Amino acid sequence: MFKSSRGVLALLIIALALSTSLGLVTAQGVTELTILWAEWDPADYLQQIGNDYEAETGIKVNVIQEPWGSFFDRMAAEWAARGDSYDMTVGDSQWIGQAVEQGHYLDLTDFMVSNGIDKTVTPATLQYYGEYPAGSGKYYAYPTEGDAVGWAYRKDLFEDPQNMADFEAKYGYPLQPPETWAQLRDIAEFFTRPDEGLYGVGVYTQKDYDGLIMGYQNVFFSWGADWRGPNNEVLGVVNSPKAVEALEFYKELYQFAPPGTSNAFFAEMNDVFISGQAAMIMNYFAFFPALINPGVNPFAEVTGFFSGPKGPEGDRYVALGGQGLSIISYISPERQEASKEFIKWFAQEEVQARWAAIGGYTCNINVLESDTFLNNTPYNRAFADSMTFVKDFWNIPQFGELLIAAKDVLHAYVVGGEGTAQEALDKVAQAHHEILVEAGVIEE
Amino acid sequence: MSALPQPNPTSSSSQRARRQISDRTILHLFIWPTLILLILINIFPLFYSLYLSFTNYSVISNKPPEWVGFANFIRMLNSEEMWSYFALTGRYALLSVGLQTGIGFGLALLLREKFKASGFLTTLILIPMMLSPVVVGLFWKLIFNPAYGIFNYLIGFTNPAVAPDWLAQPDLALFAIVIVDVWMWTPFVMLLCLSGLSAIPDYLYEAAAIDRASSWFQFWRITLPQVAPLLLIAVLFRTIEAFKAFDVVMGLTGGGPGTATNTVAIEIYRQAFLGQFRTGRASALAYIVLIIIIAVSNLYIRQINRAREG
Repeated sequence: MFKSSRGVLALLIIALALSTSLGLVTAQGVTELTILWAEWDPADYLQQIGNDYEAETGIKVNVIQEPWGSFFDRMAAEWAARGDSYDMTVGDSQWIGQAVEQGHYLDLTDFMVSNGIDKTVTPATLQYYGEYPAGSGKYYAYPTEGDAVGWAYRKDLFEDPQNMADFEAKYGYPLQPPETWAQLRDIAEFFTRPDEGLYGVGVYTQKDYDGLIMGYQNVFFSWGADWRGPNNEVLGVVNSPKAVEALEFYKELYQFAPPGTSNAFFAEMNDVFISGQAAMIMNYFAFFPALINPGVNPFAEVTGFFSGPKGPEGDRYVALGGQGLSIISYISPERQEASKEFIKWFAQEEVQARWAAIGGYTCNINVLESDTFLNNTPYNRAFADSMTFVKDFWNIPQFGELLIAAKDVLHAYVVGGEGTAQEALDKVAQAHHEILVEAGVIEE
Repeated sequence: MSALPQPNPTSSSSQRARRQISDRTILHLFIWPTLILLILINIFPLFYSLYLSFTNYSVISNKPPEWVGFANFIRMLNSEEMWSYFALTGRYALLSVGLQTGIGFGLALLLREKFKASGFLTTLILIPMMLSPVVVGLFWKLIFNPAYGIFNYLIGFTNPAVAPDWLAQPDLALFAIVIVDVWMWTPFVMLLCLSGLSAIPDYLYEAAAIDRASSWFQFWRITLPQVAPLLLIAVLFRTIEAFKAFDVVMGLTGGGPGTATNTVAIEIYRQAFLGQFRTGRASALAYIVLIIIIAVSNLYIRQINRAREG
């Protein structure tokens, strides 16, 4: 029994101090990390890696998957709310400018440089996935999933003696995986046989996100065109004669595509290939694991892969995919530290080797160059080859508006058949010019 | 000798508590939680978005709203593209609501007479409106697929090479969405019409029959005027919904090809949630739509009142 009120007061103060300190201990002990990524196979692989991390450290890693069509919306809504639902996101390469300038991503420069992480990944992936602005040496993401657009084809059709003879008789050169876009077009035309339910080529036409633009870019860049001039000017650049020719070519390819692929992206590409409707498809390398799985693809044993062909003047570029792992700036300092610890662990060479072995497209230099990686799948060589000639869309904060302005008009032309390529690109150039002037990127 | 009843201390204290809560307090206890919820969830956002419509504001920009007066409204109303989206939405509403009204009323007339399994048939017809619009959009996308969808097959196109690609052709895509909307919401119109038809007193028809009135006369002078108020309510609801058409359009075409099915609701979504999250402009556009819906609703309501009085 306490004989005085002073004793009761002392007890209360001790109890208060104890409860406060206990509370602090709980806040510091981060037991769970949440990562937002798009809904696709690599996110499943990352969950497996996260399970390894939990086994080692006891910290649970949850990879939340959101369909590609609404991935940006979900992340942006979280940014808008300054939310801390996710500790990290494996964000698209184009988001970085917006996320950095608006303060949604944590600056990882000191962390990555002091731990030597920046030296473990290829310079191209560090530049496209982690650095903003380009050449600044400021890093906001760890290059996690390298990716580019590649090609899958049906070897059984290409190597069929009758097809080979007929093709050579018609086009004057042997039927084999194309080295140029002109050859790809011929092959697409050759295999377009609606009566047999077979079509030459599946190309991206998706309007909801960036599918159509990512598909068109392979032709666009390889024709020597670009989205911007040396001083970010767009008038006369986006709608240059080369760009117009490239767009006309892309529309021509769409004529050889299976019916119903009018709003098609990666899932639809694999679907038309697996169902035997397409002789060739374009797709990000990240979606090729399904094509070598006989349980999914009946043509798995006869599926071959090649990297993007050359343009008319020998230029060769493929559209960049892939993402970097960033830490959301709105989470508590304790969770920021815990997230950095995860990235540090994930960036280790042995973890990256495991990441690559289960299907992730590592950006780690040593793992990428290893024979183990190059021979791991039938498409890894084409992937490593493609990663040396990648190019991307704008990644400044206005990228979303630039994307919308382009995809609406190009979709109307390529899929809807409205107007001419010149008219479409004139509209895109004018819209891009207005957006960039309003944003202060260029002057009127 | 009987003992005097002893006061129960528990019941007396609860009685005191009840006495302390007056009727007025109970009234407030019931009303205020609802009012507070309404204010927080409906009224505040309504006025806040009105304020935002006069600002240059992006919800993800980390910058405060900047007052720009009527600039957003002027920009929207001066945009040719925006007018084309309004015209498209009007065309869609007219086609969709017109067909739903005609078919829904026709079905109600057919189902008015009871026959074997008529209840079961009515339930079957009602199923589409019970489905989620997003799910409806996704499975109609498969139905319209020119390679393996059943729609083209049913209308006589068995070769996918020459079959129309409903969702890819700008001149067909809007009709594809109208078809889906009519399939989904005609049962709603039918249901309202059916309730209107069942409320018509039989003696009106009996009197007309005694007067040897023709079926056409009975329909024109009895059925239609009696059902008109409910029919107009159905048309009002469907028109408002048509102006807000979003989920089915998004699921089927995403507004494409190009902008061929870009309704005003899709445009509000694009302004609000894509690219730079133009919250100010999206709010202004939403208010323009709200004004149009209020104006159209007023016209309908006047018509409904006239029908009731007449």
